Amino acid sequence: MEKKWEEMTPDERQEALFARWISPEGATFASPEAEKAYKERATRIKDAIQMKKLPDRVPIFVLPSFYPIYYSGMTPRDSMYDYDKSNAAFKKFVIDFGPDGNLGAAVPGPGKFFDIMDYKLYSWPGHGVSPNHSYQANEGEYMMVEEYNDLIEDPSNYFYKTYLPRVFGALEFWQQLPSVTGIVEMYGVAGNFIPFGLPPMQEALKKLMEAGEEALKWGQAMGAFGGDILASGYPVIVAGFTKAPFDFLGDTLRGTRGLMVDMYRNPDKVLKAMDVLTPLMIKMGVNTALGAGNPFIFIPLHKGADGFLNDEQYKKFYWPTLRKVMIGLIEQGVVPFPAAEGGYNSRLEVVKDLPKGKTMWLCDKLDMKKAKKTLGQVACLAGNMPSALLNLGTKQQITDYAKKLLDDCAKGGGYIMSNGSFFDEAQAENIHAMVEFTREYGVYK
Amino acid sequence: MAKDLVNTLADLKEDEAIAIVQERLSKNEDPMKILNEAGRGMEIVGKRFSESRYFIPDLVYSGEILKKINELVKPKLTGGGEVKKGGKVVIGTVAGDIHDIGKDIVVFMLDVSGFEVTDLGIDVPVQKFIDAIKETKAPVVGMSGFLTLAFDSMKQTVDAMKEAGLREQVKVMIGGGQITDEVVKYTGADAFGKDAMAGVTLARKWTGN
Repeated sequence: MEKKWEEMTPDERQEALFARWISPEGATFASPEAEKAYKERATRIKDAIQMKKLPDRVPIFVLPSFYPIYYSGMTPRDSMYDYDKSNAAFKKFVIDFGPDGNLGAAVPGPGKFFDIMDYKLYSWPGHGVSPNHSYQANEGEYMMVEEYNDLIEDPSNYFYKTYLPRVFGALEFWQQLPSVTGIVEMYGVAGNFIPFGLPPMQEALKKLMEAGEEALKWGQAMGAFGGDILASGYPVIVAGFTKAPFDFLGDTLRGTRGLMVDMYRNPDKVLKAMDVLTPLMIKMGVNTALGAGNPFIFIPLHKGADGFLNDEQYKKFYWPTLRKVMIGLIEQGVVPFPAAEGGYNSRLEVVKDLPKGKTMWLCDKLDMKKAKKTLGQVACLAGNMPSALLNLGTKQQITDYAKKLLDDCAKGGGYIMSNGSFFDEAQAENIHAMVEFTREYGVYK
Repeated sequence: MAKDLVNTLADLKEDEAIAIVQERLSKNEDPMKILNEAGRGMEIVGKRFSESRYFIPDLVYSGEILKKINELVKPKLTGGGEVKKGGKVVIGTVAGDIHDIGKDIVVFMLDVSGFEVTDLGIDVPVQKFIDAIKETKAPVVGMSGFLTLAFDSMKQTVDAMKEAGLREQVKVMIGGGQITDEVVKYTGADAFGKDAMAGVTLARKWTGN
């Protein structure tokens, strides 16, 4: 008799979630060879993460942003408006380079959906940036400093009534929505629904239906890609994402400058808001991973990089709630997949305070020798092949760099060869060189 | 209260610094003198940043305090703007890239280090760089870019400087998340700065300041 989820230990949950991922229920593979290759790849990644036994060789990731689109001769603009063509480009990329883990095809996202919704947080190709470039975030204050209490007291209503109308032009009228927790009993219930009878809200709802249809189309295309790439033998290494509460505040709500100044002027509110956000960030990751049967939850780390905070600020504002989020995921068997973007050398001694064999870190500009001796003792490290080298280096430089990475990091397991930051442009022969060299030199004997 | 504005600002004591400014303005003190002291306080902030005693949030916060001081002092200023100082630098985030934080930090550090900075902003078209170089005759150009895609925009901008016959008159520094020596070679720039201080050091070297 199988144990119930609630009765399992975190270790057992992680095993169960890995098992679902390695042997997906109802999956159809293109061939017995594809099935074998899928299981070998997924098991190799699992062994590298758990750090209990050595994988057969060092696993390999190639983690692009828009590179597959350029590689297929498309523009980012095309890819955001033609999901099938975009999927074909991502599939070709995975098949041609053959990484052990891939990120799926969700990078481009549905352009038409963003158009309908009039999204403000980002500019996308053909809408604020050139059709040939990737989408980029628009720095700004999307939550005002005087709104901290609204967020702290009732985050969901704050999102509905204030944040969403601010970042989606199409939802402007939602400012008039009632507080949902005010809809109780009999008397006055209907009054809360009056805004839905007003023409501007009805217009907004029509747009929302249109946007929803587009999102559904995109979601179906993503689902189809997932089935297709799995059938071909290639595991997807991300179920979804969550965020460090400090980054949620800084990227999404207050903006970088806003949050940095808040640390001095309103430190208590920053800390309180992060306490409120922490369980929401855990739930976001856990629900996605368990729903998808895929253990990996990506956590892009932004505002805690070297230089962005001093040590004291990192330990006070950034790490405690990020650690809580990661532990919350780990308790449910989920594998946090943080990406330490930029430099993270000054943080290594702090972030190594994690249980062993539970996390996988994408490393951008880290001193990997130092990382291996610290964080690498408890966590699987991936990455550090520089994007600039993949783009502008020679094959020889790539293999030299890869050799050094493997010499420094692969001993004893717990390392995955990968680029360190997502890239748009690269020389195909350089990616091949990284993959092929690791396939040979990265074998554990 | 004869507290020292220079050090109060340098220590990021916002309320105290503002109180000092208000008191001195109420005594009809020369507003230029106050601004000069604030400038010296910012220089110390820059120095502490260059010594890794201060970090990005400290720069941002000091900028916010300075903004408040400026708002208080500006109405009292009678004619005569700021006196400009050291070498000229033209700077911007290159075409196709809208990232501004790294660029803004370099602008800040150049400014407090005495340079006269022309900040062209983000997503700067090639021609705008060329026009600004011609107009300011700045000997130093800084190009920022966070995306790997920015490498091409940087190269195009340097190429355009060559075509306009300006390349020999300027030194070009680049910076951003993924910039390395390979990128310097590829773009035809002269050097890259791994952080804001490195950018200031390059500009100093090139202008002899």
